[in-house]
Amino acid sequence: MALVEVSARRGHAAYRLGRGVVSGRVPVRPALAAVVLAVATFGAFAVSLTVGDLPIPLADAVAALFGSGDAATLLVVRELRLPRALTGLLVGAAFGLSGAVLQTMTRNPLASPDMIGVIAGAQTAVVAGIVLGFGAGVGTQSLGLLGALLTGVVVYLLSAGRGATGYRIVLVGVGITWMCTSATDYLLARAMPYEAARAVGWLVGSLNERGWEHVRPLGLAMAVLVPTVLMLGRWLGTLQLGEQVAVGLGTPVRAARLALLGAAVALAAFGTAAAGPVLFVALVGPQIAQRLAGRPAPPLVGSALTGALLLLTGDLLARHVLPDEHLPVGVVTGVLGAPVLLWLLTRANRTGSGG
Amino acid sequence: MTEHGPIELRAEGLTLGYEDRTVIDDLDLVVPPGRITAIVGANACGKSTLLQALARLLGARAGTVLLDGQSIHRMPTRQVARRVGILPQSPVAPVGITVADLVTRGRSPHQTWWRQWSAADEQAVTAALTATGMLEHAERPVDALSGGQRQRAWIAMAIAQGTPVLLLDEPTTYLDLAHQIDVLDLVMDLNRTEGRTVVMVLHDLNQASRYADHLVALKAGRIVRQGPPSTVVTAELVEEVFDLDCHVGTDPVTDTPMITPIGRHHRAARLALS
Repeated sequence: MALVEVSARRGHAAYRLGRGVVSGRVPVRPALAAVVLAVATFGAFAVSLTVGDLPIPLADAVAALFGSGDAATLLVVRELRLPRALTGLLVGAAFGLSGAVLQTMTRNPLASPDMIGVIAGAQTAVVAGIVLGFGAGVGTQSLGLLGALLTGVVVYLLSAGRGATGYRIVLVGVGITWMCTSATDYLLARAMPYEAARAVGWLVGSLNERGWEHVRPLGLAMAVLVPTVLMLGRWLGTLQLGEQVAVGLGTPVRAARLALLGAAVALAAFGTAAAGPVLFVALVGPQIAQRLAGRPAPPLVGSALTGALLLLTGDLLARHVLPDEHLPVGVVTGVLGAPVLLWLLTRANRTGSGG
Repeated sequence: MTEHGPIELRAEGLTLGYEDRTVIDDLDLVVPPGRITAIVGANACGKSTLLQALARLLGARAGTVLLDGQSIHRMPTRQVARRVGILPQSPVAPVGITVADLVTRGRSPHQTWWRQWSAADEQAVTAALTATGMLEHAERPVDALSGGQRQRAWIAMAIAQGTPVLLLDEPTTYLDLAHQIDVLDLVMDLNRTEGRTVVMVLHDLNQASRYADHLVALKAGRIVRQGPPSTVVTAELVEEVFDLDCHVGTDPVTDTPMITPIGRHHRAARLALS
């Protein structure tokens, strides 16, 4: 056997290195889709750096990104606009990846952090912080993070009775979502008008006024969570075949579910903490990526890239259509995402899979 | 294909159940290595439950399942998956998955994150597709196949897993007669040419008599009788296990026992006959 071997069969490019010590294969179409998505995402990211009170040509913005240009451009691009663009990039990727993991492990295309209560929990926590007055001490980001993680734990414990199967997670999650939504509504109803205005401002995800203090915790979390999810990704392939087959194939189902759910919840929690609840990105991103890749499940890398692309283009659209309104990106993704969701629902019913 | 010699799988004092219901009570069973064993019995007698416990899909309330003398529940699950394969009843494939993709996932107990597609993986997948006649359908989505082909695709996945012991839960359910025979012939090939130990749950007593070397008859969670079909299958046994009046003759093709149920409407005809 040769030291390095590369071959292509059945739509996969296979490689074997060092006489087969290291081997693997890459599906060709999802890989190409990921490359295209990566280029488009970088494009949206770069364009995002040019938009603002001081228009900067694209070439200058990209040059400034890599550290060359005059002092004023460098300051505007790297200190003012880069945090916003990075927040968009990372939050979108976190939501996309989180949705891809949840949809695959529950075998339900409607499963996403927006649906299983994680984001609703973050909303309740942040609104409670504003209205009950303890928010200033703890900080909005930490509150959102805690709320999301805590809800994730509750959803897991309530659905773990018989092994936290796919449907149970979704059903329990929907129940928790409504409980949190009611709690949020109650808090808003008894809030002072100025508190309510602040709370509502946060309740729609936004990239306005995002700085390095938002990028740093999210970036650190993702540096840990993204490789973890990619390593755990192998288990998703067997979990997707159902619990019994997965056990038969040697997957430690309980541990795998717990680890994957934990990672997905953490990704959504850090994303929500940084940008607030940007709806539909986690739900729709993986579904778009799956169709682009032509695979039976959302591809992990492709879903992260699609999420980032959706968030960055949504934000660009918001700033382009209504430049003076500071329209939050959550409004745009909601308006764009709802029709896609409806289309998915009608499709699911037609194929009889229903989810 | 298989990497070990014959492997011994046995149950000792096994008690199984769900919540407050005991399904299997203090059962001992030695699976004959290198043979085909069929588990038969009426609905809800514990056939599938027993098979699931043999595959560690279900924990034991009491007693144990031993794989080469070691408790199957204490062994690392991946190690078990390299020796025992299980095909549950009517598994559901994700929408859009291709046959080749499904069969490839059968290799996961042999893969690590750095070795994900070895030459052995490739050979096993191709061999499994060939053995099941699914090579020409390798690129088709599983949900677009006929029932018989779909079952072949799943069996191909179990074959690719390359385990010396293969457990099949009602592999012929929902198939028409031709495809039932087709699947059972395939199971026999796996046993006769590769020496794999097979345990399967079957509904049809005649098919079980034809294809199994060893028959285990269950009633209400206990083994009523076991042994070669020619000695086990008698009118008395069928009466006891299935509560069914029948005539036992000989299969003209295989010389194995062949039962003919009588039923309420035809008792008179039988009386006239005797």
